[in-house]
Amino acid sequence: MPKDRQAPEINASSMADIAFLLLIFFLVTTTIDIDKGVTVRLPPWSEEPPETLTLNTRNVYSVLVNQHDELLVRGEPMELKELRDNAKEFIINPKKLENMSENPKKAIISLKNDRGTSYGVYLSVYNELKAAYSEIYEDESQSRFGETYEQLTIDKKKAIRADIPLVISEAEPTEFGAED
Amino acid sequence: MSKFKKKRGKSVPAISTASLPDIIFILLFFFMVVTVMKDADLKVDVVVPEATELVKLEKKSLVSYLYIGKPKEKYQNVAGNAPRLQLNDQFAEIGDIPLFLEKEREKVLEALRPLMFASLRGDRDVTMGIVQDVKTELRKNGQLKVNYSARLRANEL
Repeated sequence: MPKDRQAPEINASSMADIAFLLLIFFLVTTTIDIDKGVTVRLPPWSEEPPETLTLNTRNVYSVLVNQHDELLVRGEPMELKELRDNAKEFIINPKKLENMSENPKKAIISLKNDRGTSYGVYLSVYNELKAAYSEIYEDESQSRFGETYEQLTIDKKKAIRADIPLVISEAEPTEFGAED
Repeated sequence: MSKFKKKRGKSVPAISTASLPDIIFILLFFFMVVTVMKDADLKVDVVVPEATELVKLEKKSLVSYLYIGKPKEKYQNVAGNAPRLQLNDQFAEIGDIPLFLEKEREKVLEALRPLMFASLRGDRDVTMGIVQDVKTELRKNGQLKVNYSARLRANEL
């Protein structure tokens, strides 16, 4: 037997199949999960009841979502799709009406819900209120700096946010429609 | 110059597939890196609501997930069909939240703890009652940064 015979080459043609198998496994299990959502900052908890602030009612934009998922805005029923523009108008008050906020700095949005309100509707309402503010920021940024809000430097963003602070105060919910 | 003689009439040589495994392996590695194995086995049905003001949560390690929804059908005989809270892999009560948050905080470097988010993955049909209780408990435990998980709303209201 000749000793220096070459070792036979290993057939690698099935390597592709093995790799394919693994590939398909990972393709199926992959969930490119982009975690997105509406970010809020909750107020810190305190045992004492919050001090009752006496606010001028013209500065308070009260939104109530009841257990039938209906909206009551400043005492008037409203459709969800009107909320954004209505809130914007209230905050800016372009016509300086007597019954709307004195200036954007003083405007406060008060959001209240029942325990029976559905979470989906609650979040839509919250989203509309937030959207109203981001549209205002966008307009403000365009008129002040001529740039989109996204492109502004942090200092400029802060300046806008200081003039038009986003204040959404959430009251404790009422017990209506509570699940047992 | 015989070297450059045209080889006419010869059949086309078979394309070498030797590099096919390499290509497949590259794809494989891509998916291996991108894959995030589902970290919790969901026991509740969660269809997140739709919204437009979405913020991406960048660092997954800094996020603690709280699921709220109706128990899946196969768990309903044990857990009932009222909306429940799920932490990690099991059903939990509101009272389990402090310990859960404490454990989540321990996993994270102390300097990064203020950056932690609680991601509330609530089903759109649950009532605010349970959500409110969870929120109150989060507030009591100083977890004030909360993200209501939502999908992008494609169509108008």
